Amino acid sequence: MALDSSAKRVFKVVGTRPPRPDGVDKVTGRALYGADVSAPGMLTAHILRSPHAHAEIVSIDTSAAEALEGVKAVVTAADFAVQDDQSLRDIQENCMARTKVLYDGHAIAAVAATSASIARAALKLIKVAYKQLPHVTDVDAAMRPDAPVVQSGRSLETVPAGMSENVTSHCEFGHGDLDAGFAAADLIVERSFTTAATHQGYIEPHACLASMTPDGKADLWCCTQGQYNVRTICAALMGMEASQLRVTASEIGGGFGGKTTVFIEPVALALSRKSGRPVKMVMTRDEVFKATGPTVSSSTDVKIGMTRDGRITAGEAHLRYSGGAFPCGTVDMGAQAAFAAYDMTAVRTLGWNALTNRPKEAAYRAPGAPQAIYAVESVVDELCQKLDLDPLAVRLKNAARKGTRSSYGPTFDDIGLVATLDAVKAHPHYTAPLAPGQGRGLSAGFWFNFGGNTCVSLNVNTDGTVGVTEGNPDIGGSRAAISQMAAEELGIPYDKIRTIIADTSSLGHNDVTDGSRVTFAVGLATIKAAQDAIAKMCSRAAKIWDIDEEAVVWEDGAARPSGPNAGKFPPMSLAEIAAVSFNTGGPIAGHYEYNADGAGVSFGVHLVDVEVDRETGATKVLRYTVFQDAGCAVHPSYVEGQMQGGAVQGIGWALNEEYIYGEDGRLQNAGFLDYRVPVASDLPSIETVILEIPNPGHPYGVRGVGETPIVPPLAALSNAVSRAIGLRLNRLPMSPPRILQALSEG
Amino acid sequence: MVAVVIWGSLRQFTDGQAKVEVEASTFKELLDRLSTDYPGLKPQIERGVSLALDGRIYREAWFTPIGPDSEVVLMPYMAGG
Repeated sequence: MALDSSAKRVFKVVGTRPPRPDGVDKVTGRALYGADVSAPGMLTAHILRSPHAHAEIVSIDTSAAEALEGVKAVVTAADFAVQDDQSLRDIQENCMARTKVLYDGHAIAAVAATSASIARAALKLIKVAYKQLPHVTDVDAAMRPDAPVVQSGRSLETVPAGMSENVTSHCEFGHGDLDAGFAAADLIVERSFTTAATHQGYIEPHACLASMTPDGKADLWCCTQGQYNVRTICAALMGMEASQLRVTASEIGGGFGGKTTVFIEPVALALSRKSGRPVKMVMTRDEVFKATGPTVSSSTDVKIGMTRDGRITAGEAHLRYSGGAFPCGTVDMGAQAAFAAYDMTAVRTLGWNALTNRPKEAAYRAPGAPQAIYAVESVVDELCQKLDLDPLAVRLKNAARKGTRSSYGPTFDDIGLVATLDAVKAHPHYTAPLAPGQGRGLSAGFWFNFGGNTCVSLNVNTDGTVGVTEGNPDIGGSRAAISQMAAEELGIPYDKIRTIIADTSSLGHNDVTDGSRVTFAVGLATIKAAQDAIAKMCSRAAKIWDIDEEAVVWEDGAARPSGPNAGKFPPMSLAEIAAVSFNTGGPIAGHYEYNADGAGVSFGVHLVDVEVDRETGATKVLRYTVFQDAGCAVHPSYVEGQMQGGAVQGIGWALNEEYIYGEDGRLQNAGFLDYRVPVASDLPSIETVILEIPNPGHPYGVRGVGETPIVPPLAALSNAVSRAIGLRLNRLPMSPPRILQALSEG
Repeated sequence: MVAVVIWGSLRQFTDGQAKVEVEASTFKELLDRLSTDYPGLKPQIERGVSLALDGRIYREAWFTPIGPDSEVVLMPYMAGG
C-alpha cells in the first residue's frame, strides 16, 4: 500500500502489476542460464585450486596433464600477461595465482578436455610444489603488527605509519565536537561487534562458454551482472580489442553484487585461445563458496551518547573490515553509512581495511552498510532500553531529514526517512502484543543508490509494437519495469512492448547492474528514448498533414494537431504512423545515452518479532514487516520482492550464515548443507509497506530499491533476540550455539 | 571560489583543513585545481572520487556546473551491489 498522499503524476501503466516477461520461460525451464549454452566441438574445463591458505608456488609441472589423451589445453598464470593497472592485476591474480596462493581455493591451473572426467583426471596429474606460509583469516589478528603479511606494499598513502602491512586503506568521516557531544550525554554506551563474511548465496553458480577463433575474434556467454564490464576486463587480460570480444549475458539466477566481476571467464577464454575450441566452464558449489567473493568480515567499535529524553549527542565508530586477500574499499562506504539515519551535531567514523587469507571480496547488496549500521543500531537500541525510551520515538526524534547535514558530509535533499518511521508508528505490527519470551526489534537502514553509464534504444515496429533494447542483465524485474515506463511515455499498452538485453556488440556501454541503478537510470534513459521517438513520430505526422512540426503534440499514444492554425486532422496513433513509416522517411527509433548521476538516497525500516528457544538456542522469526521509500514503485510486485528478498538474506546473515575457517586456514563449510541459508519453512510471510516519496532526480520519481532492504535486518534481528533473551548480543551470526553460550554466560 | 569539504583521512593533505576553497566552475576544473593546489590529494583523485553537489552524488561528470554557493563534498568513489 502507498501511504504517502502528496500530489503525484497520475500513471496508467506505471504502478500496475503486469505479468513478468520472463515468467513463461522460467517456469517451463526454457530460460537459458549460464550453463545452458553449448557449441559444436565444445570442451569442458575445470580448475585446480590451492589446498593451502597461504603458500608460495615453487613450481607447477603440467606436462603429465597435457600428455593425457583428450586434454586440449592447460593454462596457468603464465598464459596471462602481467597487467600494468593494479586493479586489473588483482583481478587476474584472483582468477589465476601467479607467485603465491592467497587463500584456500585460489586457482592455480585450468584444463580443457573433451570430457569433464578427463579434465578432472588431468587436474590430478598437475604437480604443484608449495612452500607453505603462515596465514591469517581474522581481521583483528591481521591488523596486529606481527601478523603474517598477506601481500606487501599494498597500503595506500592514507594509512598511518606503524600499522601492519595488511592494512591497505584508512578513511575518516564526520563533523562536530565529539568531546562536547559526549559531555552533554546522560548515558554513553560503548560496545564492540563482529560480523562474519557471508556469501551472496545466488542459486546459479558461475558459468560461461568462451569461443575464440584463430583470427582473434571471440564470443563469450556468461551469467553476469554486467556484460560490458566482463568485456572490458577480459579484453584487457587477453590483450584483445574490445570490438573483437562480444559478451552476451545469460539469464541470471541471482547475483546480489557477487556477479559484478569475473572469476572463470578469462580462464575459459585463455583455454579457448590455446585449444582453438569452444570451452565451457561451470563452477561447483564448493568452488563458488571458496573462490568467489563473499562480503567483508568486520569488527566494529561503537560509542554513542544520549540524553535522558532520547537526543543523541555524539556518535563514534571504528570499523575494521577485511575484503580478503586483495585491497578493497568497502569500509569507506560502511564508514559513510554508519550514522546516515541520524541528524547529529557530533559524529565521527574511522575505517580500516585489512588483508586476510580469504577469497577476494565481491559486492553484496549495499556493500559495507549492513555491518556498520548493525553496530550503530544495536547501540541505539541498548541506549533506548537502558533509558526506558521507545526505540521508534527516539529514531523519529533524531531522524535525518531534508536539510540535515549527513554524517558523511552532504546535506540531504528530499528523503523519506521520517515518513517511513511514521508508517511504522501507524502500522498495527508496532503495537501488537508480545508473549513472554518473545522480542521485537527495529532498525533503520540506508543506502546511497547510484546511476551510472546507460544507453537505450527504442525501435518502433511497422505493426505498431515497440522493441526496447537495454544493456543491463535483468536481475530484479527490470525488463517489466522498463517496458512499463516505455508504455507510459508512448501511451500504448504494456503488452505491445518487448524489452531485451543486448550483447556488447549491439548497444553502447552500460555499467553493471549494481547500486540499485537500473530501474532508475535505464528507466530514465528509456523515457528519454521514447521522447526521442515521439518527436520523430510527430514530425512524420506533421509531414503527412503538411503542417509545422511545432503544431503537433503527442497525447494518449497519438499525434494530434494543436494550436489555432494546425487544422482539424484526426489523431494518428503510433500504429498508424508506424505503418507508413517507410513512406514518410524510413524506420522510426529513439535513442538515449548518458551518465545518470544524481540518484536519490534510500531509507528503510524493518520491524521483526522473534521467539528464542532457550533449550536449543534456535530463533524463530514470528513476524516481519519491511517499510521502504521506493520513490515510485513502477511494478509494485517486484519492489515487494526486493524488500522481501533483502529481509530474507538479512535474516540468514543475522541468524546462521558465516564463513567458518579452521586452524589450518581452510574453509570448513563450503556447501549449502553446512552454510545454512533460510528456506521457506524458516520464515513467516514478510509483509511490505511501500512508501512513495518521489525522487526529484527522476521524471517519474523512481528511487533504487534493491540494496537498502539488506541493511536493517542485522540489527533488527539482533535487537529482537537481545530483548527476547534479556541479554545484549554483539556477534553475528546469532546461531544456536552462540545463543546457548550467551545464555550460559548470563 | 568554491568551498569543498574534504573527508577526514585526506585532511593530512590539505594542511588539516576540513574545507578548502578553489577556483572552479565545473567538476573537472575542481578536480584539476585540487590536484594542483594539494598534490597529496592527487593519488586519491586518480583512483577515483565521487562529488556531492547540493546533496546529490555524482561519480563521473566532468562538466557538471558548480555555482559559487553550491555545497560541494568530496567523497570516495562509490560502488554498489
